[in-house]
Amino acid sequence: MDKLKKIAGVIALCILTMTANAQETELGDVMTSNGKIYVVMAVVVTIVIGLFLYLLSLDKKISKMEKKS
Amino acid sequence: MLRSWWKILAFILLMYTCTMGFLVEIPKLDDRLQHSIRNMFFHVPMWFGMMILYIISVVYAIKYLKKPDPLYDSKSLEFARTGTIFGILGLITGAIWANYQWGQPWSGDPKQNGSLIAILIYLAYFVLRGSMNDDDKKARLGAVYNIFAFFMLFPTIWILPRLTESLHPGGQGSEGNPGINGGDLAPSMRIVFWPAVIGWTLLGVWMTTLRIRLRTLQNKLING
Repeated sequence: MDKLKKIAGVIALCILTMTANAQETELGDVMTSNGKIYVVMAVVVTIVIGLFLYLLSLDKKISKMEKKS
Repeated sequence: MLRSWWKILAFILLMYTCTMGFLVEIPKLDDRLQHSIRNMFFHVPMWFGMMILYIISVVYAIKYLKKPDPLYDSKSLEFARTGTIFGILGLITGAIWANYQWGQPWSGDPKQNGSLIAILIYLAYFVLRGSMNDDDKKARLGAVYNIFAFFMLFPTIWILPRLTESLHPGGQGSEGNPGINGGDLAPSMRIVFWPAVIGWTLLGVWMTTLRIRLRTLQNKLING
């Protein structure tokens, strides 16, 4: 669980820095270019990463149960 | 870690799909599809994934009939389940796309009807299994029905939609595959499309293996 919390923390930090810089920096320019398609990309990537983290935690939980039984 | 390399591969391929899927150059042609053609990386792999998962499921059904090992039955059942989930996601995403491309979510297109029938046949598989209490009987009849359901995929999604006019590519009067026309797909899209198919399918396999392992644990708890 601790590992997961660390990973979640890192992701939260990434998102925070992204939003903090979004207005002025180059990243903000990229995100608002091309009909803002990159915003959708960021959303989709976040969802897929989230799903994978969820699957990983399930996998670990089941592995633990397998070892016990 | 070494044994789960394919899980890491699934993650890498899907990260590639979800970034390159939005960045890759798409051909303009008559510009009717515009950027919605990028659904090729998300909607179409659902169907590829469904077919691959159903193939694995029917292989385990045949294996079970040859040697009645409950593990084969679990595998057959869970692969069919994930396959059905992929199919339902394929139908929903297709309806969303169709709403903006063909004007309505459901046009009674042969491909739409065929895939719905195929999925309903698989849903009956779960109903059939649920209707029996005896585990051996459930597994044996389930395996037999699974083989029937698999062979119904041939007319419903591989043959009939090609014989009539269809809104999908590859209906009557056009050559090739109803889902995609291998050579027709722009090369720039092909290098995202196939990794997408493999990535989504591997994700389905991972989900399935988790359910199989959970089922094995459950059986141990009940019997031991």
